[in-house]
Amino acid sequence: MLEFEPHRGFGVYIHWPYCAKICPYCDFNVYAAKQRDVAPLLSAIEKDLTTWREKTGPRQVDTIFLGGGTPSLIPPKEVKYLIDVIASMWGLAPDVEISLEANPDDRSAFVGLAKAGINRLSLGVQSLNNDALKFLGRNHNAEEALRAIEEARSAFPSLSLDFIYALPRQNLIEWKQELSGIIDLKADHLSLYELTIEQRTAFGKAVGRGEWQPADDDTAADLYEITQEMMCEAGYPAYEISNHAISSQHHAQHNLVYWNSGDWLGIGPGAHGRVTIDGNRYETVAERRPEKYISVVEDTALGLASQNILTIEDVANERVMMGLRKTSGISKSDFEVLVGRKFNQETLSEFIDDGLLEETDNNLQLTPAGRLLADYVSSRLVL
Amino acid sequence: MISRDKIRNFSIVAHIDHGKSTLADRLIQVTGGLTEREMSAQVLDNMDIERERGITIKAQTVRLDYTAEDGETYILNLMDTPGHVDFTYEVSRCLNACEGSLLVVDASQGVEAQTLANVYQAIDADHEIVPVLNKIDLPAAEPDRVKEQIEDVIGIDASDAVEMSAKTGMGVPDVLEAIVQRLPPPSEGDADKPLKASLVDAYYDPYMGVVVIVRIMDGVMKKKQKVKMIETDATYELDRVGYFRAGRLEDADALYPGEVGFLTASIKEVADCAVGDTITDDKKPCEGVLPGFKEVQPVVFCGLFPVDAAAFDDLRNAMGKLRLNDASFSFEMESSAALGFGFRCGFLGLLHLEIIQERLSREFDLDLIATAPSVVYEMEMRDGSMLELHNPADMPDVMQIMEIREPWISSTIMTPDEYLGGILKLCQERRGLQTDLSYVGTRAMVKYELPLNEVVFDFYDRLKSISKGYASFDYTVKEHRAEDLVKMSILVNEEPVDALSMLVHRSRAEGRGRAMCERLKDLIPRHQFKIPIQAAIGGKVIARETIAAMRKDVTAKCYGGDASRKRKLLDKQKAGKKRMRQFGKVEIPQEAFVAALKMDGDG
Ligand SMILES: Nc1nc2c(ncn2[C@@H]2O[C@H](COP(=O)(O)OP(=O)(O)OP(=O)(O)O)[C@@H](O)[C@H]2O)c(=O)[nH]1
Ligand code: SF4
Ligand SMILES: [Mg+2]
Repeated sequence: MLEFEPHRGFGVYIHWPYCAKICPYCDFNVYAAKQRDVAPLLSAIEKDLTTWREKTGPRQVDTIFLGGGTPSLIPPKEVKYLIDVIASMWGLAPDVEISLEANPDDRSAFVGLAKAGINRLSLGVQSLNNDALKFLGRNHNAEEALRAIEEARSAFPSLSLDFIYALPRQNLIEWKQELSGIIDLKADHLSLYELTIEQRTAFGKAVGRGEWQPADDDTAADLYEITQEMMCEAGYPAYEISNHAISSQHHAQHNLVYWNSGDWLGIGPGAHGRVTIDGNRYETVAERRPEKYISVVEDTALGLASQNILTIEDVANERVMMGLRKTSGISKSDFEVLVGRKFNQETLSEFIDDGLLEETDNNLQLTPAGRLLADYVSSRLVL
Repeated sequence: MISRDKIRNFSIVAHIDHGKSTLADRLIQVTGGLTEREMSAQVLDNMDIERERGITIKAQTVRLDYTAEDGETYILNLMDTPGHVDFTYEVSRCLNACEGSLLVVDASQGVEAQTLANVYQAIDADHEIVPVLNKIDLPAAEPDRVKEQIEDVIGIDASDAVEMSAKTGMGVPDVLEAIVQRLPPPSEGDADKPLKASLVDAYYDPYMGVVVIVRIMDGVMKKKQKVKMIETDATYELDRVGYFRAGRLEDADALYPGEVGFLTASIKEVADCAVGDTITDDKKPCEGVLPGFKEVQPVVFCGLFPVDAAAFDDLRNAMGKLRLNDASFSFEMESSAALGFGFRCGFLGLLHLEIIQERLSREFDLDLIATAPSVVYEMEMRDGSMLELHNPADMPDVMQIMEIREPWISSTIMTPDEYLGGILKLCQERRGLQTDLSYVGTRAMVKYELPLNEVVFDFYDRLKSISKGYASFDYTVKEHRAEDLVKMSILVNEEPVDALSMLVHRSRAEGRGRAMCERLKDLIPRHQFKIPIQAAIGGKVIARETIAAMRKDVTAKCYGGDASRKRKLLDKQKAGKKRMRQFGKVEIPQEAFVAALKMDGDG
């Protein structure tokens, strides 16, 4: 029997699948925005939420995340409407975090979005270097990005910036320079991602055709290490593999719901959710194609493409795989009590001896060296 | 009873893929053995593996009724044989039951190594031989040149060779006439004498049990008769006797001299039948016994282990069942520090090994790890005893060994001239001794003596790639010779991995060791620590490589939608882990055990 545990958090994720332009590295469920009528999707989302409210029963919403895609393309008054719908259905925690993802070229919407109730903006800057921005197929240049950052800072109580590194042929010196520029921006929160080549993307295909090569593992590892070093020195320690904040108040609460294996609703095309109801933890996946999502919601009042009950083993594994990404690690008993057995002591001590893992009382956390091998370590711990 | 002179027993022999089975199918079709509709792609190659690979593994027998141009009806008993060198023994059994052979030669390819090997066997068996040039429909067919070749290389008259196409059916009637007119009927044979029959072969049928193929020499074999198999000294009451028809058995009341047919007699397994044995009447035995056949000995051994240790019993049962049908493969229990419990199995060659492995995994759904193939070494010990070593891991202390002997083969390679240089180099590298080199037109025929050990693994693949598939190869095992052989161990992260140890010639040890270490470096995934890989003889390291420690294995982004992705990845890893073997702290993928031995050009 699994119960929803409020301390792990309850979040609502809403996926807005449209972008002004599709970036060549992106493998999210996204479609070109064009001149679309947003009303049918918005009302499908509302209906989906309503049904989920019936399923979850009363709960307090800790976080709302409007992601995508580019949800800054939703008119602010519609954003406000959605927030109000959620608030009226479940009620919001007093310190609720309401995030929205935006691109620098939508800065005209910032003030309106803040008024609508967004209190945290996650801005997809990606680079401060124009060549890199061009390579990444972004719609903005560095100058526009800086202006957007200024405006966002004054509009929102919490500002997070996304950057991508380990671009092909990027060297340590270049990245160090760019990174000190990033630090100087004094954002509250920084997400620094190594460029990942996903197979079905334009980049994936280009690499497949041999047009260029991604950074090799050794370079990427060097870049990661230097990033950690500089960020620590600058007062932005990592609290997750790729995430840094100036203080714990600015940690992304919504993402912590994922990493802490809380419950979240996945609403909107292609969104994934995890919801614990009546003793079971469900994995839910919404229909990917917006039209299909809208029609499924019309027919069934839910946008689901599939839902399965996770086994206890799956739930426990997710706690380890997701939880170890946090610098603070996981509580051992979180896994052990659930599955009714201990971690393999031999594997555990091997990782500890090799300096990849640390154990304090009931807590397991990756060392800085271990973080580079997070997937390797966590998968071996649970296998 | 059919008059003996209306019987023709013949084998179809050829190099692999020259069209024996296709011709056999045609003969069946033309004589009405099967209607067009009943003819599936290959009637005789009826095992899945045979159909998929397009090769014959098991010889097949079919009896046809043919009304010839002279108006008489003849009984034709054809035996389709495998062309691959691993199954040469099947050919020799068939030859013993017949008086003549159709020698099929692909008119676009000409005489190849197994053409020679098989036709010489037929000549040795005193067969009348009718050369048949097949695939005459191909634009590349050169019947005149191939006839010349047959005369030059084999030394038989090819002026009357039948030109035909098993594909289009052209010339098939001529083949039938040639069989009747040019091949002899069974000689001798007296129905009044006591029963004397040759046990040609046996196979296992899940419904009927063991079915024995027999050739009657003298006397009559009847249903319910009590017979005795002389060599095994076993007596049986016959349940059924009869003939092989296409795709079925036809019961008969009795079999008469000169006839080839079958018997069933509640025989439990194929191994109970000694191929070549003489079958006679239990109460009225014949005089003397038939010469019998040379027993086939497995020449290649390897360990087979279940991936999942719990499947050991399933593996044992599966092997037992396969052996019901294939007495030429042997197995005995083996335990390996690295791989747990499994079996040491003996095979007739690498194709045979591959086929058994494939059947085990396909028909019995077993996931197996195979160790490197090895040959049988003879060890003469200081205390005067002789030891046969099937598994390098069992090698005794070198101080107690006087001499190690390894099997050598005589081989024949035929190749277009342009590839000869590369092939000679390959044979030289493999310690070969050239015994002959001659030319047939632009084709070279070269004979080498080679240590089997050097051939067993990838010689054939290398030969094919050097010659772009044009060279053909045949061999017979000759004798054991004393050589300077040493045991090479492979250490992974300082620990010896028994399943990777091998015997090598001292002169080749360093090269092999280096190649092995390099391969393993690519085959073993990076771990969180660095892994030294060493090849050693005794305590001395002769080659070394290091697998660098893994530096990075982490997903950059991991949010709500990625949890499921991660889980699927984990499931995949879980499946992958099953295919890994743990050696101390190191996991080795099971494919590595065989792949490590594949050598590159310089091997
Ligand atoms: N063009 C052409 N192809 C043929 C002819 N006869 C056989 N083949 C093809 O040659 C290939 C080999 O034929 P098989 O009959 O399987 O040869 P085989 O001699 O029985 O081979 P093994 O039993 O493996 O030694 C097949 O792809 C046949 O379709 C022919 O007369 N003309
Ligand atoms: S804007 Fe963001 S979501 Fe849209 S395509 Fe680019 S990276 Fe993907
Ligand atoms: Mg065949």
